[in-house]
Amino acid sequence: MTQRPESSASGGADPSPSPVRTYLLNCGSSALADRAFGALMLVCALSIFFGSAWDPVNGNFGALPFIYGTVVSSILALIIAVPLAVGVAIFLTEMCPDWLRGFLAFFTELLAAIPSVVYGLWAVFVLIPLLRQYVNPVLIKTLGWTGIFAPPNYGIGMFAAGVILSIMILPIISSLTREVMSAVPHAQREAVLALGATRWEMIRMGVLRNARIGIVGAVILGLGRALGETMAVTMVIGNRPEIARSLLAPAYSMASVIANEFTEASDELYLSALVEIGLALFIVTIIVNALARVLVWAVTRGAPVRGT
Amino acid sequence: MATTLMPPPLRARNSNRVLRVLMNHLATAAAVGSTILVMAPLIAIFGYLLYKGASSLNLAFFTQIPKPVGEPGGGMANSILGSGILLAIASLMGVPIGIAGGIYIAEFGRNKRLANMVRFTADVLNGVPSIVMGIAIYTLIVVPQKHFSALAGGVALGIMMIPTITRTTEEMLLMVPLNVREAALGLGVPNWRSVLSITLRTASPGVITGCMLAFARVAGETAPLLFTAFGNQFWSTSANEPIAALPLQIFVYAISPYDEWHRLAWAGALVLIVLIVVSVALVRYVAGRGVLKGAS
Repeated sequence: MTQRPESSASGGADPSPSPVRTYLLNCGSSALADRAFGALMLVCALSIFFGSAWDPVNGNFGALPFIYGTVVSSILALIIAVPLAVGVAIFLTEMCPDWLRGFLAFFTELLAAIPSVVYGLWAVFVLIPLLRQYVNPVLIKTLGWTGIFAPPNYGIGMFAAGVILSIMILPIISSLTREVMSAVPHAQREAVLALGATRWEMIRMGVLRNARIGIVGAVILGLGRALGETMAVTMVIGNRPEIARSLLAPAYSMASVIANEFTEASDELYLSALVEIGLALFIVTIIVNALARVLVWAVTRGAPVRGT
Repeated sequence: MATTLMPPPLRARNSNRVLRVLMNHLATAAAVGSTILVMAPLIAIFGYLLYKGASSLNLAFFTQIPKPVGEPGGGMANSILGSGILLAIASLMGVPIGIAGGIYIAEFGRNKRLANMVRFTADVLNGVPSIVMGIAIYTLIVVPQKHFSALAGGVALGIMMIPTITRTTEEMLLMVPLNVREAALGLGVPNWRSVLSITLRTASPGVITGCMLAFARVAGETAPLLFTAFGNQFWSTSANEPIAALPLQIFVYAISPYDEWHRLAWAGALVLIVLIVVSVALVRYVAGRGVLKGAS
C-alpha cells in the first residue's frame, strides 16, 4: 500500500507517462514538486491507518478500530487456543492409545473442514447465549475491576469473537504441532528416558525443546488463519467501529468491515478505503504465512520418515 | 510408568522425586484435560447441528425457493442448485490448472527457480484470506462486467482451489518411484507421454484426494461470494446473473431476526456439512484404497 502512489506519481526512472506527472510537467513543476506530491499521496494513503473515526457518511475513514479489532481478537484466540492445542498434540503423540488416535485425528480433520459460516451460526445461537448467561457474569464479577471485562454484557463482542476464533484455529495448530512433534527422532526420546526422566520431563526436554521452532510456526500459521477469518467473526463481533477497553464490548475487524460494507459502498472513496483495508490485510497475512512456512519447513526438513 | 523401572538419577533427593512424579501426573492430566476440553465444543457443534438441522429438514427445503418474510415454509432449492453451478465452474477452472501446476513442479521444473516460485506462491495463496480473494475478483471481473455474476463467484472459488490441488499433486507425483519413470522412458516413450499416462496415472488416487479436499474447502466458502456471486432469491441458472449459494443463504438467514429463517439456516448448514463430510469420507476411502497412501 505504501509503494503505489509514490511510484505512479514520482517514479523518476519510470518512462511511462503518468497523468499526474504530465499534469505537473505541464504546470512547469520541478522534480522536487513531483516528489513532494508523491510523498503527500503516500501520507494520505497511510493516514487511513491512524484515524480512529469511521464515518463514511461524512467521508471520514479511519481504520484504526478495525486493525485493533483484528489484532486483539486474533491474540485472544491464540491465548486460548495455543495451550490447549499443544496439550492435545502432546496427548495424541505421546499418550494416546492407537485406536483413539485414529478417531481423534479423523475428527480433527472434519473440524477443519467445517465452513466458517456454520461455526458462526453455532456461535450466534449457542455460544453467545452461553457466554452471556454463564461465562461473562463470572468474568465481570471476578475480573471486572481491571476494566478489561467491564459491563455492559451483550454477549456479542470481542471476547465472543476470540472464543469462536480459538475453536476454529485449534484443529490447524494442533495437527501441525502433532506433525512437528512426531518429526522429533525417537532416539531423542529414548535418550532422555534412559537418563531417568519421567514422561513429562521426556516430553519437555526431549520433544518440546526440539520441536519449539516448528510449534511457533504452527502458531503463526494459526494466527494467519485467525487474522483473515471473516464470516464467523462478522456474525459475533458486534460490528461497532469503536476502540473499547472492555473485551465484552462490541468491536469490528478488518475482514468483517469489508464483508459488511463492500456492497454498500456508495462512492469511490468509500470503496477505495475498503479495498485499502483489504490490501493491508493481504500484506499482513502474506508476511505471517511466509514466516510460518519457513519455520515449519526448517524443522520438518531433516525429519526422518514418520512411523519408523 | 517408566519411572518405577529406572534407577533414580544421581543425587536425586526423595522430595525431589515426589515432586517430579507429581509433575508428571499433573502434565498428563493437563494433556488429557485439554483434549477433552477441545473435543467438547466440537462434539457440541456436531450434535446441535444434527439436532436442529434434522428437525428443520423437509421435502420443501429441497424443492422450493425462499418465501417472503412472514410466510411459513419455503426452501433453499435455488441455493443448492446455485452452489452446484458455482462449484462446477470452480472445478472446471481450478482442477486442470491445479493439476497442471503440480505436474510442472514435480516433473518438469525440478530445481528450477520458476518451480520454486510456483510452489512458494501456492503456499502463500493458500493463506490469503478468502475475503481478499473476493475483492480481487470483484476488481477483475465484476467491475468490468458492471454486475455481479455466477461466473465471478465460480472463478473466485476456482482460484482458491488451485493451491491445494497443486501442492497435493506435486507431493503425490514425487511419491511415484523413479523406476516406473525409467521403465517408461526405457521403452522409448516420450517424456510427456510417460508423465501423463504413467506417472500421473499411478498417482491418480492421491491427485483425486487433493481435488476432493479442495472441493470440500471451497464448498463452504462464503466470504468470496459476498460480492461476486452476490446471492439471489429466485431461480437462476445463468452464469451471467447473480446466483444463490448455500453458504451465502445460511449467512443471510442466520443474521436475520426471523425464527422461520433461523430454522432454514440450520437445515442449510446440515445439508452443507453432509456434503462436505461425504466428500472428506470419500477422500479417506479413495486414499486408503489407492496404491499410494499418505495424503495429508
